[in-house]
Amino acid sequence: MNPARGSLLGIEHLEAAEILKILKFARGMNPDKLRLLLKGKRVLLLFYEASTRTRSSFEIAAKSLGAHTVLIQSTGSSIEKGESLLDTGYTVRALGANVIVIRHPNAGAPYVMAHHIDVPIVNAGDGLHEHPSQALLDAYTILRNKKSFKDLQVAIVGDIFHSRVARSACHLLSKFGVKIILCGPPELVPEIAITLAPGVGIARHIEDALRGTDVLMLLRVQTERLAGLKIDLSEYVARYQMTAARLKMAKKDCIVMHPGPIIRGLELTSEVADGVQARILEEVRNGVPVRMAILARAMGKMR
Amino acid sequence: MTIAAKNQSQSGSLLIKGGHVVDPAARIDTPMDVLLKDGRVAEIALPNKIEGNADDKFDARGLIIAPGFIDLHVHLREPGQAYKETIATGTAAAAAGGFTSVCTMPNTAPVVDSVEWIEWLRQPERGAIVNVFPIAAATRASKGATLTDFRALQSAGAIAVTDDGKPILDDSVMREALTLAGELNFPVVQHAEDTRMTENCSMHSGARSFRLGLRGMTAAAEASIVERDVQLAMQIPNARLHVAHLSTADALKSVRRGKRAKARVTLEVTPHHFTLTDEDMRDYDSNYKMNPPLRSASDLEAILAALADGTVDAIATDHAPHAAHEKEMEFERAAFGITGLETALALAITKLHRERHIPLLRVVELFTAGPARCFDLCGRGSLVRGSVADVTVFDPKKKWTFDASKSISKSKNTPFDGWQFTGKVVATIVGGKIVCSS
Repeated sequence: MNPARGSLLGIEHLEAAEILKILKFARGMNPDKLRLLLKGKRVLLLFYEASTRTRSSFEIAAKSLGAHTVLIQSTGSSIEKGESLLDTGYTVRALGANVIVIRHPNAGAPYVMAHHIDVPIVNAGDGLHEHPSQALLDAYTILRNKKSFKDLQVAIVGDIFHSRVARSACHLLSKFGVKIILCGPPELVPEIAITLAPGVGIARHIEDALRGTDVLMLLRVQTERLAGLKIDLSEYVARYQMTAARLKMAKKDCIVMHPGPIIRGLELTSEVADGVQARILEEVRNGVPVRMAILARAMGKMR
Repeated sequence: MTIAAKNQSQSGSLLIKGGHVVDPAARIDTPMDVLLKDGRVAEIALPNKIEGNADDKFDARGLIIAPGFIDLHVHLREPGQAYKETIATGTAAAAAGGFTSVCTMPNTAPVVDSVEWIEWLRQPERGAIVNVFPIAAATRASKGATLTDFRALQSAGAIAVTDDGKPILDDSVMREALTLAGELNFPVVQHAEDTRMTENCSMHSGARSFRLGLRGMTAAAEASIVERDVQLAMQIPNARLHVAHLSTADALKSVRRGKRAKARVTLEVTPHHFTLTDEDMRDYDSNYKMNPPLRSASDLEAILAALADGTVDAIATDHAPHAAHEKEMEFERAAFGITGLETALALAITKLHRERHIPLLRVVELFTAGPARCFDLCGRGSLVRGSVADVTVFDPKKKWTFDASKSISKSKNTPFDGWQFTGKVVATIVGGKIVCSS
């Protein structure tokens, strides 16, 4: 079965025009002003992994559109008893789900769902693979701070290997010709990463990543996913931590982004996290209208 | 397609007439007739030269008559996992694919590591339709620590030992296995994978795995074990090493070096490794998940070259049936393995013969004389007079479409559903009796 219309499984296969359409539609979405595009619809939030921002943001987005939401988490549900992904999907479908938003620790889980269940599936992060709604809200945030994607340079610093945020961001920015610099040690930024999309390059030294950069995206070192990789965190801090002094090497109007959760004192200092260039909380705010657009699109209401 | 029980009584002699014999062991590639009698090849001669009446005749006009195909690597899942496959259903699938002999892997539940299980596998109650040659576990419960009783297992009918799926990592255990087995002229089959390097991995390590967010098995995880094993085989007198489902160019280099040094090293490759690469999987379809994984395009090219130049000894399917519920799930959690018995010949003819122009004589060798040599299957793999009357008759030009839902195997986990092939099995003859015909 092909994925249902309106599914959002990843950025890689989304066309640039469609991305702009979603971002444009999001600009008309206001969570403080109810727009009942999804009145009476059921949005099922299927979360197999911990989440603060993404989950609550999808929930607020759905409710702002007039939909009912049901949250199912792996703990405290039949998933704990060994129910398979697809059986959970069929069950949720039988309950009358109109959209399924899924967060899963395994790459590709939303694809498996989408190929068996005839409801739009929205990927809210799958393993190391993609996090499309994050990439869209980041693009939205960039466009609210910069005139356009034209001639932009974006540096993404940190644990690229384990980051679905980085993968989705690279796919998205690359479609608009953005110059992307990935920065980190080889364990976290393997050479193969440049094959991800056109315009992606690697810098091993933080200075090389910062020079001329308009947008700085910081990532958390995902210690829970390292699986045997040996990373010396103190060395990481010494070489890559974003400090106020280092940030000066970037363009003056460079904005600092981070998908969260941030770990103060590791990938960035409090000075940077709370500084005037930080857009970390703006990203969180922007998540709601962007996810409203994603859900409206899922139900064919994005016009 | 009709599949008959192996021991169903049929008449005593069968004349296969009008076909073209391809018998690489005997260097025959010419129109000939073949008379099978009392389970043996009674006569093989130029057309219309065989005199006397046979009880039955098989019209093979336009068809290739080859020695019965031998698959060195199948998982028939018994004992213990009959919901995936049984000896009966697996050998029926083998017959449908033209295989007259299959070598079964011991990683069942329980592991085939004792004389009792070898005997159990060979009992007529299992309902085998083709010949079953069991391969026994090399270590107890395939735990990689204590060697099994090679001598007893060999006497009971095991043709080789392996810990397939759980490679022997410990150097001293592998050395001991090759030494002891070598004294018995017994091949040690190794699934070459340094599992310390492949934890949580579900596909080949490369650009594709990075893009998909899947942890990848490096080529080095295979090549390092093959290199160590080849080194051991070169050092230990009489050692016989068989490298299972080789998938990387680097591992191939080690095997070539071993062969040049006259070490007793043989290798098999699978149809999926000479057909698909890691770029072929779409949308996390677990029918593309197997171990070793689909490799890079350059690995595939190296394998094709080795198939053509004679380095590869055998094509083996690694037929690994799984129930739908073990495959239709998260890619990383889905079971490794695909079925292969019913598509092997078609893939070999389509991909090797027609696309790569590898002569049919060589393709047939990879299914017959080659595998027979790897495991010393005496009297098989050739049609010279006196050979066992195992014959595969196929149409090298027949076009057909594979429908997995109609496959004979109990499981349908294949990436080749809906593929169009050239080359199809017409009859499978085991011990002089037609067990499958279409």
